[in-house]
Amino acid sequence: MLKVSGLKVAYGAVEAVRGVDLDVEQGELVALLGANGAGKSSTLNALVGLSPLKAGRIEFLSEDIAKLPTEVLVRRGITLSPEGRRIFASLSVAENLRLGAYGRAERDQLDEAYDQVFALFPILKERETQLAGTLSGGQQQMLAIGRALMIGPKLLLLDEPSLGLAPQIVETIFELISALRDRGITILMVEQNVAMSLDIVDRGYVMAGGEIVAAGSAQELKASNVVENAYLGTG
Amino acid sequence: MLDLILQQTINAVALGGTYALLALGLAIVFSIMGMINFAHGELMTISGYTLMYCGLAGVPFVISAPLAILAAAGAAVMMERVAFRPVRNASAATMLVTSFAVAAILQILFQNLIAKRSKPVMIPDVLSESIAFGDFLIGINKLLAIATTIAMLLFLNWFLKRTDVGIAMRAAAEDFPIAQLMGVQANAVIAGAFALSGMLAGVAAVLWVSQRASVDPLMGFVPVLKAFIAAILGGLGSLTGAVAGGFMLGFIEIYLTAFLPEHLLEFKEPIGLGIVVLMLLWRPNGLIPAAAIGSQKV
Ligand SMILES: Nc1ncnc2c1ncn2[C@@H]1O[C@H](COP(=O)(O)OP(=O)(O)O)[C@@H](O)[C@H]1O
Ligand SMILES: [Mg+2]
Repeated sequence: MLKVSGLKVAYGAVEAVRGVDLDVEQGELVALLGANGAGKSSTLNALVGLSPLKAGRIEFLSEDIAKLPTEVLVRRGITLSPEGRRIFASLSVAENLRLGAYGRAERDQLDEAYDQVFALFPILKERETQLAGTLSGGQQQMLAIGRALMIGPKLLLLDEPSLGLAPQIVETIFELISALRDRGITILMVEQNVAMSLDIVDRGYVMAGGEIVAAGSAQELKASNVVENAYLGTG
Repeated sequence: MLDLILQQTINAVALGGTYALLALGLAIVFSIMGMINFAHGELMTISGYTLMYCGLAGVPFVISAPLAILAAAGAAVMMERVAFRPVRNASAATMLVTSFAVAAILQILFQNLIAKRSKPVMIPDVLSESIAFGDFLIGINKLLAIATTIAMLLFLNWFLKRTDVGIAMRAAAEDFPIAQLMGVQANAVIAGAFALSGMLAGVAAVLWVSQRASVDPLMGFVPVLKAFIAAILGGLGSLTGAVAGGFMLGFIEIYLTAFLPEHLLEFKEPIGLGIVVLMLLWRPNGLIPAAAIGSQKV
C-alpha cells in the first residue's frame, strides 16, 4: 500500500532524514520507533507533504505521491494525526470533526462518519459544543484521532498518540489503535512507548540519526536488543 | 444635554461601525496570511468610483450599492491573485511592502485615469433626510449605517460559524498546515478571505460615501488608517477585537469632537491617539487579543 524509498528530509542545511526505505502492506499495523530527534516525525510529515522533502519516492496505492500537495493527499485516503495533537483549540469539538471531513467527496456518508467517531469516543459526543482547547489531554488526543478518521482514511499515520497522557489513558489509546486495525485501517505509527507498541503492532522499524537501523516483526524486535541500543544511541 | 449625548452616541455607533467593518476586513486577511493589506483603502476607493459612475449613468442607488460592493470584492480577489500570491511565502516585510506598492499604483491610476480632485457622487435625497424621534433628529444615513453594520456582523458571524468555508478560514487562521492536512485548499481559503475583506471594504465605502457624497483618489486612506489603529487597539488578528476596536475608536473620535472644549478641538486627533496609546499600555495585546497570535502562517 505504501512504499517509501530513499526518503530524505532537510531543514536548510540540517538533514533530518537521510535515505529511509520502508513499506506498509494493506491492513498492517506498523511501528516506527526510535529516540527523540531520530527523524520519525520528519518522516511521517514528509509522507503528507508537511516537512521539506529533499529526495525520495513515496508510492501510495502504486502511484507516486511525493510531489502532491498536502491538501490533495488527504483526498487520496492518507492522513495524519500529528505530534502534539494540533487540534484547532479555538474551534468546537464538532467543528474540528467537521473539518476532518472537509476533503471528503461523499457528503452523504458524513453522518455515518460522525456516528463512527462518536461510537469510538462517546466523550466527544458529550463535549460536542465545547471549545477543543478546553478538553483534557486525553480527550484532545481522542479528538485528533477522531478528526483524522472523519475522512475515512485508507492509511492512517499516528505520531506519538500516547505522548503526555496519564498511564490509564495510554492504555485506552493503545486498545483503540488495535481496534482500528481490526476494522481494516492500515496504520503506521510513531511511538516512544516501545514495549506497549510491540505488543500490538505486526512489524516495526527502528530509526536512529535519520536512518533505519533495524526492522522486523514485533517478536523479532522484542527478542533483540536493537531497539534498546537505538534509544541509548549505540545503535 | 441628554439629547446631545444620545445624538452623539448614534453618530459614534455609525462611524464606529464603519471602522469595525474595515478593521474586520484587515483582520480576516491578517489572521490567515499574517499580512496587513494597506491597499484595503483602495478597495474602498474602487467602490466609491463605482458609485460615482453608476450615478452618472443613472443607475439607481439600490443597484449601484451592491455593484460597488461587488467591485471591491472582485478587486480584492484580483489583488490577491496578481500581487500577493507570488509573495505568499516571502517575509512579512516583503508582503507589507507589496501591499504599499499596490496601494500606490492604484492611487496613481485613479489620479491619472479618473480625476485628481474630489468628484461628487449622486446619493438619493432620502439619505440626507432625518427622522424625528421625539425631540431629536436622526439622519437616515446614520440609521442606514447602523443597520447595515449590524446586518454585516450577523452575516459574518453566520458565515464563519456555519459554513464549511467559514470554519476552514478560522482553522486556517489558527494552524494553516493542519488545515491543509484536513484538505482545506490554501488558494481557495485565501481567495475567500480576500473576497470577504473586499466585500467589507465595499460596504464600508458605500456607507462612507453616502455620508459625504464625494469620492477622491485618496478616499480610502484615512478610514483604513483608522481601521488599522482600531485593529491594533482590538488585538491584531482577532475578529472580535477588530469590531471592539472599531467601535471604541468611533466613540473616542465622536465624543472628543462633541465634548472637547473649543480651544482644544484642534488637538482632537492627537488626544484621541493618546487615549489609544494609553489603552494599549494597559492592554499591550489589544482589548480582545487573538487566541493564536504568532501561530504559523502560510
Ligand atoms: N521544523 C524544523 N526545523 C528545523 N529542524 C527540525 C525541524 N523539525 C525537526 N527538526 C530537526 O530534525 C531532527 C529530527 O526531528 P524529528 O523528526 O522531530 O525527530 P523525532 O520525531 O524522531 O523526535 C531533529 O534534529 C530536529 O531538531
Ligand atoms: Mg517526533
